[in-house]
Amino acid sequence: MAVDDPPPRPRVRVVLADARSGTSDHGSADLTEQTPVGEALVKGLVRAQLALALRLSLVVVAGLGTLPLLFAAAPAVGAVKVFGVHLPWLLLGLLSFPFLVGVGAAYVRWAERNEQDFAALIRRPER
Amino acid sequence: MNPYLVPGLVLVLLLTVAIGAYGLRFARTTSDFLVASRSVSPSWNAAAISGEYLSAASFLGVAGLVLRYGVDVLWYPVGFAAGYLALLLFVAAPLRRSGAFTLPDFCQVRLRSSVLRRLATAFVLFIGCLYLLPQLQGAGLTFSTLTGGSYAWGALVVGVVVTANVAFGGMRAITFVQAFQYWLKLTALAVPMIFLILQWQADGRPEVTPPAGAVFPAATTVVVERDAVLDGTRVVEAGETLHFAAGDRVPRVSTVDAEFGAAWLRPGERGLFATYSLILATFLGTMGLPHVLVRFYTNPDGASARRTTLVVLAMVGLFYLLPTLYGVLGRIYTPQLLMTGNTDAVVLLLPEAALGDGHLGRLLGALVTAGALAAFLSTSSGLLTSVAGVIFTDVLRPGRNGSVRDFRVATVLAALVPIGLALYVSDMDVSRVVGLAFAVAASSFCPLLVLGIWWRGLTDAGAIAGLIAGGGAAMAAVLLTVLGPPLPSSFAEFVGQPAAWTVPLSFLVMVGVSLLTGKRVPPDVGATMLRLHAPESLRS
Repeated sequence: MAVDDPPPRPRVRVVLADARSGTSDHGSADLTEQTPVGEALVKGLVRAQLALALRLSLVVVAGLGTLPLLFAAAPAVGAVKVFGVHLPWLLLGLLSFPFLVGVGAAYVRWAERNEQDFAALIRRPER
Repeated sequence: MNPYLVPGLVLVLLLTVAIGAYGLRFARTTSDFLVASRSVSPSWNAAAISGEYLSAASFLGVAGLVLRYGVDVLWYPVGFAAGYLALLLFVAAPLRRSGAFTLPDFCQVRLRSSVLRRLATAFVLFIGCLYLLPQLQGAGLTFSTLTGGSYAWGALVVGVVVTANVAFGGMRAITFVQAFQYWLKLTALAVPMIFLILQWQADGRPEVTPPAGAVFPAATTVVVERDAVLDGTRVVEAGETLHFAAGDRVPRVSTVDAEFGAAWLRPGERGLFATYSLILATFLGTMGLPHVLVRFYTNPDGASARRTTLVVLAMVGLFYLLPTLYGVLGRIYTPQLLMTGNTDAVVLLLPEAALGDGHLGRLLGALVTAGALAAFLSTSSGLLTSVAGVIFTDVLRPGRNGSVRDFRVATVLAALVPIGLALYVSDMDVSRVVGLAFAVAASSFCPLLVLGIWWRGLTDAGAIAGLIAGGGAAMAAVLLTVLGPPLPSSFAEFVGQPAAWTVPLSFLVMVGVSLLTGKRVPPDVGATMLRLHAPESLRS
């Protein structure tokens, strides 16, 4: 591609102010007009969602990420048999998948709750 | 040759084309082609994402690796699934809310930099080709393994079918095709596994790693492919034919790298650096694969993007329970693969090897082969759609009103390079190349997406520097590994599994340079953050 081409136009423009169809309220105005209050509200939501994601990744790091270290530090663990199957096979080949799905389900639930709290906070002043 | 094989493969090809043609009736505008107009329901979408994701590396490669190396490589399927958890936690909903079509679009929306956009385009094309190539190669190798036909024809047929389907149906059709192929792939591994386990029970549950070493379950003939030493004593030459009776001990071949006995059964043979590098690449690489990301724009809103991702995680996890079992049973029923080194064929050969070449064994053998074909078709279709989408919007640049014909041109352009390469390169290791594509994605787009979504301080200069440093280092390591000369062993691990140092490097450079160029933070970052994170219900 040529270097001196004009920059491509952003094709998608989803701006909150555009979507606001007349029925404005104070909370949304705070958000879209970037008042200090609105800015603080958004920062709070981002921080809450990030903290949730980091906490749950810590759960995965603790539950799965430490296994190679554990197997290296205590080789005896690798020789333990449960129902005739060696423990590492059972942990990695079978149990890791429901564990990951469980963490994911918890995230979806709590992330949606964070968003509902945020929405309630924004809408309250007008009512 | 298996008489059910050709009808089975033809059926899969016809169904793929037919479902694609059915979808064509709905494909009207360019937007339909690119993101299916965002009207695909979450369950269809989740099945389509899973169908697209489960590639030849998952369907054939994982079982082959387990057969060869044992418990240590179980990190591959775990990481391939866990990648969706990382995607869910850090990327899914905000990315959908960003409203962008492709990864370069995201760069534009978040950082307003056209230089960064071009750099991202280059990475999408590189990762796309790196991932398409092994799919086509896998198709070629499967065709030649099963039919004795030529490798080139297999690669060419799959390449042409995929190109035609993407060019004429676009993504709307592909969504239906991919969803169908997920269920086909799951069935193709699950149904034979039921019969295989029953057979294993009926055989008196033979041990997977008998203390005296593996034995041949039936009389077997092995043709030696390269000069080698058997069991460290007997020298054999290429082309020599070896005959073994049922119950003979399986000799170890010096040219084939594999683990045996306790080393296969217990973890820790591959070293901590390689293991953690693999974990980083697979956990973080999924979110940077272009064909995975493009799917998220087909969700109607952020919350449904999240729920779709969770369903995908469950579907992919369910699928990955199966390849491990194939690898384990392959240890009992197809030990000759450990002599030839052709372990990627274990899924294809196991049903007939264990159940005999009666009707049942042959039918199930044809079923897994059809599943393998579905794996090549679906992943390469998805990759091609996303690479063609990027060529369409960023290289041909027809602007907003680009025609459907331009998209078709982009598709053919995107397919030419990998198909051409696949015809000339046939000896690259399939699962290894796929792992390297994950490493490049994890070192380039993962930091860009995570920092772009969660950190206001990211600047265009920081993102560019990080992409060049981390992504560029991973790219160089890939090229060195694939094309370069053999490296000294201490260095080879460092370059062959680069993610453990390239991912942190990329993050550090992005954060460091962004802090130094703090003045370049886009003035509208507050509005962008609001759009990425606020629920859609607040927009109206």
